[in-house]
Amino acid sequence: MNHSVLMALVVLSPFVGFLINGLRYKKHSGNVAGGIATLAIAISFVSSILLVIDLIGMPSETRRIAISFFEWIAVDKLRVNAGFVVDQISAIMILIITGVGTLIHIFSIGYMHHDKGVAKYFAYLNLFIFNMLLLVLGDSLLVMFVGWEGVGLCSYLLIGFWFTDSEKAAAGMKAFITNRVGDAAFLLGMFILFMSFGTLNFHELNALAPTVAEASWMGSVTLGTLMLFIGATGKSAQIPLYVWLPDAMAGPTPVSALIHAATMVTAGVYMIVRLNPLFLAAPNTLMVIAIIGAATAVLAATIGMTQWDIKKVLAYSTVSQLGYMFLACGVGAFGAAMFHLMTHAFFKALMFLGSGSVIHAMHEEQDIRKMGALRKFLPITHITFLLGWLAIIGIPPFAGFFSKDEILAYAFHSPLGSTWLWAAGALGATLTAFYMTRLMALTFWGKSRVPAKTHPHESPVSMTLPLIVLAVLSVIGGWIGIPHVIGEHLGDVPNIWEHWLHPLIREVPNMTHMDPSTEWALMGTSVGLASISAFIAYNFYVTSLDLPKKFAESIKPIYNVIYNKYFVDEAYFAGVINPLVNVSKNLWFYFDVNFIDKCTYVIADLIKGMGNLSRSLQTGNLQQYAMYIGIGIVVVLSFVITR
Amino acid sequence: MILSTLVFLPLLFAFIVLIWPNLKTVRHLALGLSIAEFIVSLGMLENFNPQSASLQFVEKFNWIERFGIQYFFGVDGISLWLVLLTTFLTPVIILASWSSISEKLKGFHICLFILQTAMLGTFLAMDAVFFYAFWELSLVPMYFMIGIWGGARRIYATVKFFIFTMAGSVLMLVAIVYMMYLTQEATGHMSASLLEFYKLKIPFVGGTFFSVQTLLFFAFALAFAIKVPAFPVHTWLPDAHVEAPTPGSVILAGVMLKMGTYGFMRWVIPLFPEASEYWAWLFMLIGTVGIIYGALVAMVQPDVKKLVAYSSVSHMGYILVGLFAFNAYGFSGGLFQMLSHGISTGALFILIGMIYERTHSREISKYGGLAGVLPIFTIFFFIITLSSIAVPMTNGFVGEFLILIGTFKAQPAFAYFAVSGVVLGAVYMLWMFKRVFFGAQGELVRDEKHPLKDLNAREIAVLVPMVAMVFIMGLAPNYFLNYSKASIDNLVNSKNGYSLTLTENAQSILDFVPGNAPSGASDGSANVSKITPEQGDN
Repeated sequence: MNHSVLMALVVLSPFVGFLINGLRYKKHSGNVAGGIATLAIAISFVSSILLVIDLIGMPSETRRIAISFFEWIAVDKLRVNAGFVVDQISAIMILIITGVGTLIHIFSIGYMHHDKGVAKYFAYLNLFIFNMLLLVLGDSLLVMFVGWEGVGLCSYLLIGFWFTDSEKAAAGMKAFITNRVGDAAFLLGMFILFMSFGTLNFHELNALAPTVAEASWMGSVTLGTLMLFIGATGKSAQIPLYVWLPDAMAGPTPVSALIHAATMVTAGVYMIVRLNPLFLAAPNTLMVIAIIGAATAVLAATIGMTQWDIKKVLAYSTVSQLGYMFLACGVGAFGAAMFHLMTHAFFKALMFLGSGSVIHAMHEEQDIRKMGALRKFLPITHITFLLGWLAIIGIPPFAGFFSKDEILAYAFHSPLGSTWLWAAGALGATLTAFYMTRLMALTFWGKSRVPAKTHPHESPVSMTLPLIVLAVLSVIGGWIGIPHVIGEHLGDVPNIWEHWLHPLIREVPNMTHMDPSTEWALMGTSVGLASISAFIAYNFYVTSLDLPKKFAESIKPIYNVIYNKYFVDEAYFAGVINPLVNVSKNLWFYFDVNFIDKCTYVIADLIKGMGNLSRSLQTGNLQQYAMYIGIGIVVVLSFVITR
Repeated sequence: MILSTLVFLPLLFAFIVLIWPNLKTVRHLALGLSIAEFIVSLGMLENFNPQSASLQFVEKFNWIERFGIQYFFGVDGISLWLVLLTTFLTPVIILASWSSISEKLKGFHICLFILQTAMLGTFLAMDAVFFYAFWELSLVPMYFMIGIWGGARRIYATVKFFIFTMAGSVLMLVAIVYMMYLTQEATGHMSASLLEFYKLKIPFVGGTFFSVQTLLFFAFALAFAIKVPAFPVHTWLPDAHVEAPTPGSVILAGVMLKMGTYGFMRWVIPLFPEASEYWAWLFMLIGTVGIIYGALVAMVQPDVKKLVAYSSVSHMGYILVGLFAFNAYGFSGGLFQMLSHGISTGALFILIGMIYERTHSREISKYGGLAGVLPIFTIFFFIITLSSIAVPMTNGFVGEFLILIGTFKAQPAFAYFAVSGVVLGAVYMLWMFKRVFFGAQGELVRDEKHPLKDLNAREIAVLVPMVAMVFIMGLAPNYFLNYSKASIDNLVNSKNGYSLTLTENAQSILDFVPGNAPSGASDGSANVSKITPEQGDN
């Protein structure tokens, strides 16, 4: 089929789905609404596959399908088309978005079955996919920004989906506004790059990217990429703007799987990979990205160790895993970042949907202290969750192992990396193994703490089927990026992933080949640490359940700080939000009402006073007027005479 | 004759309303007439040549020959869309006030039509005295509109509105007279024609306030700044808006504020190029402070209408910053923002009017949970909210983006501050939205005795064109920008010798053939290459 038709189908079919469900927002039938929405995404998915098949058939040096539908904004040098590109990077993204998206839509049919606003829910979900596709397919920063803001909007709508609960509505607002802080920086980044390169088109920007690294902090490439990265910290929940993501768990669980794990939150990583030649030209920016990524990976993991809400644990885990992707970008491992983005999309979507299945079974209970031994009641959910757990803690040959291992190897070895960054990554991996095992143990293993009233039951097929598919992907998804050191032992298995992305990823300058023995050693270390950590967590939370409590007691002050998420939300309120509201109230009261208006009253009074003065001259008294005339004559005469 | 028709047709309409015998059908009559006016303006658009930077459909006659005052109308890419905005909003306003205005029905519609004449005249008059007459005329109907159909403190508000604006325009009148004398000195003939004014070389000395051009510049700028309203002379606006009836607020925010920014674009910047450039920092500063200040104060308003009024201060601040960036981005963005602010803020006031008719309160704290009760109203309010916070694909985004990029090009420092409006705009709108529409149901929403009814067909008919414009302008901004491109290029490229040429389109409204517009016809005076959609590498 014609490429423009296919492209239009990919982008527009979710939008048509949105319109249909949006117009029938009052309808209550979950199956019809879900059917329409799922069909819309499925069409998009099939069209994406057809496009990617054509893409694979092209010679690798000219491998891109670019379609421009119309010119959107044209002022002076700024020329932005509604243009879309499928190339090696966006091809992966559209397959993830529409593929995982379809699975999550199917899951939602079962999960949202009883909700009154089900048509609205599916309309929003379709609208999200539409915007996400704009984001990844856009051929310029501005088109990307359209989707970038659009997904933020859908995230706002879906987080606050149950808007009658004020707290949930507030969570949506928090997400949007925090994202807007990042978006403002994103805008500035666009301006800086546009002023120095005269274009916002990715292809042109990458071609114009200087090959010599910019040393100065104030250079336009450094400043521009830094601003874009601040934008990414908003969307992808990194320090200091990660605070919205845990609250975003207020939305329906499939939304958390789709938006807050698999797709939207990875937009920042995608943007950096898309512009990798430009970011490589700004080593200072990359250093910042690596440090922020590593710090976020560790910080979020520590918080994840203390949370009791099954979704909150997964949310902090997402923040932490996104930290890994940024760490990868920061050390120049752009391919590894994309790789982890994909494997994470599989296993984290799996775990979120799994948690949805658990919550569904537990009648909306999310506290893991009230669970335990659920493996007996939810066998399919348990097995699939288990596979996701093995993937995220990095046990070979599950998907997460390969992508995480590649990131850590780069962090250690790349000229942009350092032992410290590797150590932070390894620490994060250790913590991840701990809190994920804790989650597994408290939810599925050990003794049951389920309240007597609750009778957990396995979810319907529409929910277990997506779990099974994602579980399979979480197992085999990593096999397309097997590192050479392992591949050569398996009979020269190629690293398909690296090969595929190669034309679009610029090599880190002065990159040398890594010594195989070092690579084995690093791999062994991280797998070893994760296993030990998982073993300890198993003992803590299955065998001797009172140990963690005692341990927490013994480090109570530290535990409290971590349990309360380092009081970052409180600090933002005390340091930014409350002062801003107070200042605004004072400005309004003192400046507007009491200063400017008072000034105008003073002027008015002055004029009135002058009026009164002149009025007092007009008394109506004839003798007084005669006197004025007399004085006048004298004055005039004396003036004439003295001349 | 089309421009005279456009300007004075509403005056005739006012007269028809006056003598109309049947009071019951006055609304229908007025709606029909205003739609007719809109169609006439579309006829003008159809015949407008977007390739040309010159004044089109010019009508020029001597009026008071001794002083060189002319009856002089003309339209170019700068005023074109403002004219259409005015004619577009008027029928919407009449339909929106269907049930809210019930007293002195004739008087109200007469005011509205006189106001329309005044506003169109302001945008189209190219003679200083002629312009001034329309400018001042617009105050009178608005004064009555607030004073008669307004809220509790309407007299205070309307007097404040009148005096603030009047104070500014008096200085402008002095400046106009002075400039007429300057034309006499320069050419021997006194003239009030804007084209003659453009030719003046008014002496400018930097570093001092007391040079001729600087003084004239400030006399004009003050009048326009009050109208905009720019910080810190904005305080009349919140009071006027809160007390004005819904149609008054819509016109005020939708069109009358644009008379100020239009004044900067048509008068201040081309007339006083050196002074404008010298004092640009001041106006960018005022604009930037306005963006932030307006947003902050909007955030803490307890009254939703006042919140929107302060949001206007913020949005209009953007326009001011954009215009004083002196580049194509800033001018285009400023012009575009004028239109989109007219649509989105106009729609917000209409929406607030609709809910006020139901509950008789605008206090945010008394609402809550409205989304569950009035879903259709919520959807419309939400779309307009998105436009107001400039989400891409809505009209608000294009203007804001172009202004910011223009500001960044001219003065990056201001852009760094102005961009905070992007965040603050979302803060005050979404916080308000949350308190009004989400959460538990507030006392007004819960009221069982008077259950709230969702929008009726008429109200939907009012809002649909507004929402349609939000998306049309957001998705196809080029259609609008292309019409102003030539004029804006002319403004950017001839900073120190601005001139406007005339095209005497003699066509009358009767002989235009739809589809036969001179869009491709090239005009010798403007050298604008046609934009091809295939530019860029893909």
